[in-house]
Order: sequence, then C-alpha cells, then structure tokens
Amino acid sequence: MNIFERFMNIDRRWIFLAIGIAVVIPFFFPLGLPISVTEPVQNLYDALDAIPPNGQPLLLAIDYAPATLPELEPMSLALLRHAFRNDVNVAVLTLHPAGYGLAERALNKVAEEMGQVYGEDYCFLGFRPGISAVILGMGVNIVNVFPEDAYGTPLNDIPMMDGIRNYDDIPLLISLAGWGAAEAWVLYAHQPYGQRVGAGVTAVMATDFYPFLDTGQLIGLLGGMRGAAEYEELIDHPDEGVRGMDSQSSVHILIIALIVLGNIAYFGARRKRRQMEREAA
Amino acid sequence: MRRVIPLAITFLIGMFMLVDFFVPHHVVSSAAAEMKQWGTIVIAASILLGVGNLIRVHYKKISRKQEGWGYSIVTLSVMVVMLFFGGPWGTIQEGSVFNWIFLNVQVPLQSTMFSLLAFFIASAAYRAFRLRSLEAGMLLVSAIIVMLGRVPLGQFLTRGLPEQATLPWLTETIMAYPNMAAFRGILMGAALGVMAMGLRVILGIERSYLGGDK
Repeated sequence: MNIFERFMNIDRRWIFLAIGIAVVIPFFFPLGLPISVTEPVQNLYDALDAIPPNGQPLLLAIDYAPATLPELEPMSLALLRHAFRNDVNVAVLTLHPAGYGLAERALNKVAEEMGQVYGEDYCFLGFRPGISAVILGMGVNIVNVFPEDAYGTPLNDIPMMDGIRNYDDIPLLISLAGWGAAEAWVLYAHQPYGQRVGAGVTAVMATDFYPFLDTGQLIGLLGGMRGAAEYEELIDHPDEGVRGMDSQSSVHILIIALIVLGNIAYFGARRKRRQMEREAA
Repeated sequence: MRRVIPLAITFLIGMFMLVDFFVPHHVVSSAAAEMKQWGTIVIAASILLGVGNLIRVHYKKISRKQEGWGYSIVTLSVMVVMLFFGGPWGTIQEGSVFNWIFLNVQVPLQSTMFSLLAFFIASAAYRAFRLRSLEAGMLLVSAIIVMLGRVPLGQFLTRGLPEQATLPWLTETIMAYPNMAAFRGILMGAALGVMAMGLRVILGIERSYLGGDK
C-alpha cells in the first residue's frame, strides 16, 4: 500500500478526533474575527426595529426541538433581546411539542434579564397540535385556537393581548424552526392572510428559503448559527452565536483541507495504479 | 359503507374548503372558520391515537421478542416515567421533575445526536467529494466558496478586495441565484404534486389514507 492509498483508507476516528479538536480549541483561544451582516438578516432586524413600542405584539413561533437548539436558541435570545430593548410586546407560541419547554426557557431567561412583566410585555401561548389548522385558525381569531395562555389565563384577560384578534393585529411573525414549520407559516399565514413573516432556520435548511426571500413572502432570514451571530452583532450583544463562529470557521477550514487532501490522495493513488498497470503490460 | 362515508365526508369538506378560498361571502367564511376549529380538535385527538399505536406496536415487538425488542422496553418505560411525572405534578412548571428530565436528558441527547452530523459529514466529504467530472468540480468549488463565505474567516481572508471578489459576496450570489433557481424548480414541482394529490384525495381516487389494501 503506497502513501496515497494509506491516506485514502485513513481510520475515520482520526477525522473525528481532528473535528473535535477544531471545535473545542477556539472556545479557549477565540479568534474574534469581525462578522459582516448579510441582507436577509439586516431586513429582519429592520422589520422588527420598525414595530412601534407598547402596541401590537411581535408573534414569535419557537418551533424548534432540542436537536436544533444549539443553532436556533441563540436566534430566539437575540430576537427577544431586540424586541424587549425596543419595548415591543412579544407573544410566544410553539407548533412543536418538544418546543414547549425550550420556548419557555428562552422567554423566561431574557424576560428576567431585561425586567419584563408577564402579561404586560410578553406572554406565552403554549403549544397546539396541527400545524396548518392552527396557523389558518389564527388568521380567523387567535382566541379560537388559543383561548388561554400556557398557564391557563384566558387570553382576553391578558392586558397586552387586548384588541389583538388575528393577523391584522400582528405586525410581524417570526418562526424559528429546524423542520417545515417556517415554510408552513409562509404558506398558511402569509399567503392567505398577508401576514408579514420572517424566519430563522438551521444552516442546512437556509438554501430552501431563498425563493421565498426573492418573492417577498419572507421579510428576512436568519440562517444557522451565522445568522444568529449577525443578529447579535446588530443588537450589539455578542453571545452564543458569535462565540460559535470561531469553531465554525476552524471546522469549515478543516473540512476543506480534508476534501483537498482526499482528492490529492485519490488522484495520486489512481496515477500510481495506472503507472503500475503500464509497467506490468 | 365503511369506505363510502369517509370518502363522502372528505369530498364534501374538501370541496367546501376550496369554495371558501374563492368565495369571500361571510356565510362561507364563518362556516369554514368553524371547520378549521374542528380540524384543530381532530388533530389533537389524533395524538391519543398515536400514543395508543406506539404502545401497541412496541408491546407486540416485546411479546414476540422481535429484533431490537430491548429498545422497545426502553421506549415504553420512558413513556411511563414521563407520564407518571408529567400527569400529577405538571409538565412545564419550573422545578418539576418532568421539566428537569426534559432539559437535562432529552435536550442534551438530541443535541448530541444532531451534532454527530458534523463528524460524519467531515468523514464523508473526505472519502466521497471527488473531482471526477466537470459537474463534480463545479459542486466542489461552490461548496468551498460557500463554506468559507459563511464564516468570518472567509471575510477575513478576502478583506481589502473589491466587494464583488469577497467570499461573503460570492456566497450570497451563489445562494441567491443558482441555488434559488434550483430550489424554485423543486418547490414548483412539489407544489404541483401536492395539488394533484389533494385533488386525488378529494375526488376519492387516492384512498390509501383509509388504510387496508383496497
């Protein structure tokens, strides 16, 4: 076995070890590279920034499950911080059964950090099953779908929800999802009711959403941890998104290096094989 | 009769929802709104069916000692534990056992499973991403540009160059044009497929949702 073939058959545990090191090292030695803001992120920031304070609420759908938490929770924290800093009321809900605890965790963390009052500045509507039925139903009347909040208080008794009937009273809706929920909000809230929708999705999903951005069906988009990091830069509150960017930089560089190395080994081994075949002939 | 009645209900409700989309009269829209509420209730009830089915499938697997039956014991045990703690003591209250198990067992486990992707993608890229043809070459170059352009290091490497030569700009261009064009085609194809399937269900041509062989 020549050196190229050895490289091609390298034990994958070495690759796993290299990836592990590339992820961990930047946490101890951060590079602190600057992060530029892309247009889809800027657009979402501007849309939220334009909501008048202490009026109609931002509807934040925290539709992610634990699997995609590391990518999407930094987005929910950044969006909540931005809204609360601007005194924008926030109503949070989830379409994912496992999103219940995660939504509450993010909401409570930021609300406590920024001294927000439940019922006046924010509320948690909880979870309802049936994605399309829930979204369409809210277009008719939110109370029909969520007669009470997650803690059993009738929605009509929550001061910040006073006068909020349906999507006509929601200036912006943002869905954070690692599955099809963000697309469902576009299809069932934007299309029939004209609701302005923004989204935050995992990096691998972001490519699917560019057609919606181009048509204006999506106001803006946060794609993966990079999207969260850009938003954190915009609100001037670097947190987990920015912290994760150095690890992502080093892992991307490592994967590129592995691809190049793999190709060198492949073509080297092929050349060697052909040379040996010629010699044998 | 067991099939005719569900087919008739599907046809009538399906046609009515289509009418609602095109007729903005308040009688139609209020009746449609009522039906959407029924939809939410029916879906909520279907969760119970799901739980029942889960128990049935795994119980059968355990009783017949089929391959992987040990995992079925774990699944059912965990379900019983979560029901036990979630029922009487509540699910989401801070400090509840249910919430503690969710945040300290399910969240790290699922996050770890998803994180493993990075390791497998790296290994797969090393072994399979080969420059074998022009198409593969284009994919490879695009992948490298996007991977670099999506991280601050890419921005750092091309700082000082004209904007159109920077990696973030090239990445956004790849995402906003060739990528978007491809996905738009896929979306349109999928949407046409969904419409066709919807019509087949409403008209009773597609009956697999009723279960059974016929």
